Amino acid sequence: MQELIERAKELLGDGTVVRVLGWKAGDLPYNPEPAYFENEEDLKDFVYNGFCGANLSKYMIEASKKEGKTLVFLKPCDTYSFNQLLKEHRVDRDKAYIIGVGCKGKLDIEKIKAQGIKGIQKITGAEISDECEMLTVETLYGEKSVSYKDAMLGRCHTCKGKEHKIFDEEIGESKDTKDADRFAEIEKIEAMSPAEKFAFFQKELSKCIRCNACRNVCPACSCRKCVFDSDKFDSAQKANVDSFEEKMFHIIRAFHVAGRCTDCGECSRVCPQGIPLHLFNRKFIKDIDDFYGEYQAGEDAVSPMPLTSYTTEDVEPSIVGERG
Amino acid sequence: MSIESNEEFRPKIVAFCCNWCSYAGADLAGSSRLSYPADVKIIRVPCSCRVNPMFILRAFEKGADGVILCGCHPGDCHYTTGNYYARRRMTLLFSMLDFIGVENGRTRVEWVSAAEGVKFSQTMNEFVEKVRSLGKNVRLEDLRCRN
Amino acid sequence: MYKIAKENLQTLYREIAKNQELFLPEKVGEQVNFAPYREELETDLTVLKTVKSPKDVFFPQSENLYTCVEKDRKITIKPEKLQEQKFVVFGMRPCDVKGVQVLDKVFLADPVDTFYAARREHGTIVSLACGEPEETCFCKVFGVDCTEPETAAEGLVDVAAWFVEDTLYLKAVTEKGTALLEAVKDVLTEAENTDEAKVEAQKETVRAIVEKLPYTHLSLEGWNGDDMMERFNSPVWEELYHPCLACGTCTFVCPTCQCYDIKDYDTGHGIQRYRCWDSCMYSDFTMMAHGNNRNSQMQRFRQRFMHKLVYFPANNNGMYSCVGCGRCVEKCPSSLNIVKVIKAFEKQGGAKE
Repeated sequence: MQELIERAKELLGDGTVVRVLGWKAGDLPYNPEPAYFENEEDLKDFVYNGFCGANLSKYMIEASKKEGKTLVFLKPCDTYSFNQLLKEHRVDRDKAYIIGVGCKGKLDIEKIKAQGIKGIQKITGAEISDECEMLTVETLYGEKSVSYKDAMLGRCHTCKGKEHKIFDEEIGESKDTKDADRFAEIEKIEAMSPAEKFAFFQKELSKCIRCNACRNVCPACSCRKCVFDSDKFDSAQKANVDSFEEKMFHIIRAFHVAGRCTDCGECSRVCPQGIPLHLFNRKFIKDIDDFYGEYQAGEDAVSPMPLTSYTTEDVEPSIVGERG
Repeated sequence: MSIESNEEFRPKIVAFCCNWCSYAGADLAGSSRLSYPADVKIIRVPCSCRVNPMFILRAFEKGADGVILCGCHPGDCHYTTGNYYARRRMTLLFSMLDFIGVENGRTRVEWVSAAEGVKFSQTMNEFVEKVRSLGKNVRLEDLRCRN
Repeated sequence: MYKIAKENLQTLYREIAKNQELFLPEKVGEQVNFAPYREELETDLTVLKTVKSPKDVFFPQSENLYTCVEKDRKITIKPEKLQEQKFVVFGMRPCDVKGVQVLDKVFLADPVDTFYAARREHGTIVSLACGEPEETCFCKVFGVDCTEPETAAEGLVDVAAWFVEDTLYLKAVTEKGTALLEAVKDVLTEAENTDEAKVEAQKETVRAIVEKLPYTHLSLEGWNGDDMMERFNSPVWEELYHPCLACGTCTFVCPTCQCYDIKDYDTGHGIQRYRCWDSCMYSDFTMMAHGNNRNSQMQRFRQRFMHKLVYFPANNNGMYSCVGCGRCVEKCPSSLNIVKVIKAFEKQGGAKE
């Protein structure tokens, strides 16, 4: 972490960048927030540890509109989002100085708390320099230990890899955290009967409170005005009246980002009700792979996107019923 | 066509037809006196790719039991490539609907040219029959629209 | 005071639910929210913070106001019925009850919100004292003693309850509460003097823990509304709001947020007019024909905290519209929250360093 701060100071000092976009230490052991740092003094609060899950690419949309260059720290998975935004002309490459930071898997405080841990005072073992095997949690009710793996965000179990897809320089090492198949959950649902599928999604989606956190955190949701914010339609954003509204919202949202979603998993991370929203996006990714060939959004910043291109030999929609 | 009794379920079908081929196909079906169920409500769109996935969901929400999209044959699009995009979109959307438990038989895409009145009527008859066998759409319906 | 063993709670729920609707914290997956009692419902009384606060029992996230139906070229208007049946909310935490007190100030003031008033009138609140406060709790800052439900919000708690070891102790506070316990007396046992001592002992333990919580000694100095303009114009807001994603999580989990929007839903043969929670974080909040009166996220962000900490107390004899439940602290996707705001002003005194 110190290395990152030192480098940031240098870049600020020599005028390469005018601000730094990173994470600022919170007032609890696990709540750092995304923040801008404009001078050396500010950087004393800079932090980078296991709880820095936020994908800063989204903030680069705003930063690209500001005067001067911004130094941004991106984890390997965040660089996919940056590339994708670049492809869509939503960020300005010339206004970004990207330091690819290492990542040993990011933590989910909800998973730690789900193990019955409360009254957290201090967490050790989550620093990027640590082994990231075990976490020691000091609480008001005694000391507990948790395996790092069990506390990791769901998305890190299907990590896309340690490689930064776009960067100016790289600092720090990453660790392999992948221990599950990316499409295993999808295949499990696909094997269900329509009634079972429906029951599963009904149960999950009825928890939705329409807070829009999934949409607002999503780097692919970069529209200036969302269709669900429009007062011209009755696709009103706030209502949670009927089971349908939520289905509509989530299916359409997933569709709007289909072919552009890099599977960064921010939607599932931020959902206050713990809805596995990434399932929708992954289903589209899996279908795109199956029907139109392997495609990873954000792999690069130039290749054509699956929903804005076609071939004359594409499968017919009837394939959905035929493949059974 | 036999006179249906009141008890028999008559599905509501929404058919999005492109202006240049399928709508003309439907017209031809009519002027050739070919029959297809009156439960099919046709909505004319400029091109099959005008159909936003939200249109399909809205139709289900407001009480449709099945939704079918008809456009020009691939390669024959009035706007050259519209139906190619529509094809990809609908494939993915239908797959998603299938994924969340909406029976696949409720959605369909068919390419109908202006000369294919017979195909139009056949398609509609088949589709209505299929949806009738699936019963009423309750999974995507907005309950508020019921009363 | 009555008591009942933990393993017999199902019997108690069943007994209450016989006569009236019962709302309990229900666990679905890892999330707990209040839901109507059903035989197969999995309850979790140990969780401190349900995801959504129980305010939606009194002020639902969405409720119909009236329905217009068009038939044979005639329009009929059917107003929604007010709550007529009695119901019980079981296991509200003291801070959440305090939240209802805040809502009362808004909805029961003239003009009275009849939908809300009817629910308040028919609802019985069983409030459960906290056993293991968490690091995100700061109810003490707002004068709530989480071990004494009856004092948390004067007159609102009908039955106060404590969990000690594996026994639930229940004490009627109001007439409504006495009636409720009277009705289910058969499944309860009269508590003894030693039991009272056990409850007292737990209160002491919990109070000691509360003292050790990181946020307990937060200072609210300067937030009473006196220096409103100074706070409003402070440059601190400009720095604070940056991570805010403009989602509505904080507002929708909050036990005191009371803003709502009124919308029409077109059913194809009529209109349903309903109201639903709104969030001051949303771009169309209080949107009017001329546009929006808060047009930047900084302004919206500022509005939320100014309302809770300045405007509301200024209008309600110093009562803050935050109860320190800590839900926003737990749930904000960007780890922003009211505590960070209060601290930022404490540190900088409202002026930029």
